[in-house]
Amino acid sequence: MRHFFRTDYRQDLGLYKSNRERFWYALLLVLLIVAPMILGEFYVGELGGLFIFAVAGVGLMLLVGYTGLISLGHAAFLGIGAYTNAVLLKQGVPFLITLPIAGIFTGICGAAIGRPTLRMSGLYLAIATLAFGSIVGTIFQKWEHVTGGFDGFAVPTPYVFGIPLDNTTGIYYMSLVVLIFVMWIAANLLRSPTGRAWVAIRDSEVSAQSMGINLARYKTMSFAISAGMTGLAGALFAHYVRFLAPDAFDVLLSVQFITIVFVGGLGSLRGAILGAAFVRLLPQGIAIVRDDLPFGIGRLPGLEPSLFGLVLVLVILFQPAGLNGMWLKFKAWFQQYPFKRMVSGRRQKSYAKSERLR
Amino acid sequence: MEDAARILQLVVNGAAAGCIYGLIALGFVLIYKATEMVNFAQGDIMMLGGFVAFSLIAKFGMNYWVGALLAIVITAAFGYLLDAVVLRRVIGQPQFAVVMLTLGLGFIFRAGAGITWGYDSVGFNTPFTNKTVNMGGLIVGADNLSIIVGTLLLCVVLFIFFNKTRLGVAMQAASQNQLAAYYMGIPVRRIFSLIWAISAGVACMAGILLSPVSMIDVNMGSLAIKSFAAAVIGGFGSIPGSLIGGILVGIVEQFAGYKLPAGFQEVTANVVLLLMLIVRPQGLFAERMGKRV
Repeated sequence: MRHFFRTDYRQDLGLYKSNRERFWYALLLVLLIVAPMILGEFYVGELGGLFIFAVAGVGLMLLVGYTGLISLGHAAFLGIGAYTNAVLLKQGVPFLITLPIAGIFTGICGAAIGRPTLRMSGLYLAIATLAFGSIVGTIFQKWEHVTGGFDGFAVPTPYVFGIPLDNTTGIYYMSLVVLIFVMWIAANLLRSPTGRAWVAIRDSEVSAQSMGINLARYKTMSFAISAGMTGLAGALFAHYVRFLAPDAFDVLLSVQFITIVFVGGLGSLRGAILGAAFVRLLPQGIAIVRDDLPFGIGRLPGLEPSLFGLVLVLVILFQPAGLNGMWLKFKAWFQQYPFKRMVSGRRQKSYAKSERLR
Repeated sequence: MEDAARILQLVVNGAAAGCIYGLIALGFVLIYKATEMVNFAQGDIMMLGGFVAFSLIAKFGMNYWVGALLAIVITAAFGYLLDAVVLRRVIGQPQFAVVMLTLGLGFIFRAGAGITWGYDSVGFNTPFTNKTVNMGGLIVGADNLSIIVGTLLLCVVLFIFFNKTRLGVAMQAASQNQLAAYYMGIPVRRIFSLIWAISAGVACMAGILLSPVSMIDVNMGSLAIKSFAAAVIGGFGSIPGSLIGGILVGIVEQFAGYKLPAGFQEVTANVVLLLMLIVRPQGLFAERMGKRV
């Protein structure tokens, strides 16, 4: 069994635990850079979509996994980012400016909606974001001279340093860059006082408050950053789908994002990527087995949402640590071989903290 | 000058729609007060209740009253099992896990209903369908009137139940202080399951009352979003508050549909909800409380 001993405070703060980790991440990066040259166009496109969902997943992970708040309206933020980016591009603003603007504007929207609701318990945020998502969806439909309404909105081709990003490979690299940027921001935030404050809020609001953390401020910050990252993902999403329609940003998409976070494993950035991979692969998996399922199950109209619902329920009931937890257990089995016992992975009994003020 | 009869008409229609929101909100509030869980599948339970009633009344040809009563009992039993089998397992997990669990359950219910009853809208004949009542010159649809009267009757029944019966008082005790309730020998877990049962029964009743006004279909559960507005206005902990909140939302929505351009009516409830959270997040009827650490 290999155990990691820290001998220096800087090790505790470092982005990578050891040189081994550095090596594996560098190898992964090289593989991802050469991937489009080896893989076919379909796989490159799917990977690009995965990266975009992972960007939104990392954003939502900061909110749900680290701050312990839940948002059911992140599809709306994705939509705001997508429409902001597309509308600005149509006005002739260059892509390298519209992309950050889309993120920042979405972040401001998030702060505006988070600030009033976050005074109350986290539950109110879930309800408020649900309502917000529904309002934004209606705005996308009705504000026709900006969003094109139900007719949709053709997204102009973005140019980066004069190179048009009109093929899947271009989107792939752009998404990869943004994903690495977002991961870098998230990892750095999480080892700073801000991230520690979020985790403290997640674990106990009362004790965080008594340690001098301004609850409303840090919760709003978490929500705004989460929304902003989702806005960035939205800007990329606009180019990924190339044609924006308002019904793409409904509650089901929000539930998909939440599924990313829960399936991936709460409280791990790696989980956000794993979860995004799962959510992108599930529809593909359904498409492959659709014709072979008995009783015409594959042809049911509500199959996909109900499968997402079922997966959520099963994960929450039986594997709260998600895919990341499964990976850690798998790794531990090898590292500790042959000392794995039935009790090794047992969950600690947890007790809910009453949010009731009495 | 506005037509007074028209205004009154809108108020009655709004109050009827609002009673439905209030009934769903009542379900949220009952469960929230007792277990601090919020059941995002409440609207879908209403949908299931409506479909069960449809099966009993339209398919098996039962009398309306018998069928409705039986449907409420069946849905309540479903609610009991839901808590006993699924929700009880997540006690102790963070609140948002419960939110996601119930949301996931809602999607499963929708698919289940779609498989069992199909995706088309259905309806059944009630004693109130297509009838009107003339009240001193004001013509009111019997369906709307039945919703309002049914809600009022239910409130009286619930009030008597919670204040006069042994079981109701035990439920209040369990919601106020679980530990003390345990010490007093109250079977808290069973009580919580029973509260889920009542909440599901109320949802089913809402579905049955709604059926003459709008058809029963798989997506009728999305009404629940509007009920959140009702519950928040009522302060998310007060039973009369949620009903009054529901009626307020219903009436505001009717007037928005009458006065404002198309598209506003659908979002009125959500706008009211957000405004309420900004202006007075503790609700209209909240008592002030501090937390002891």
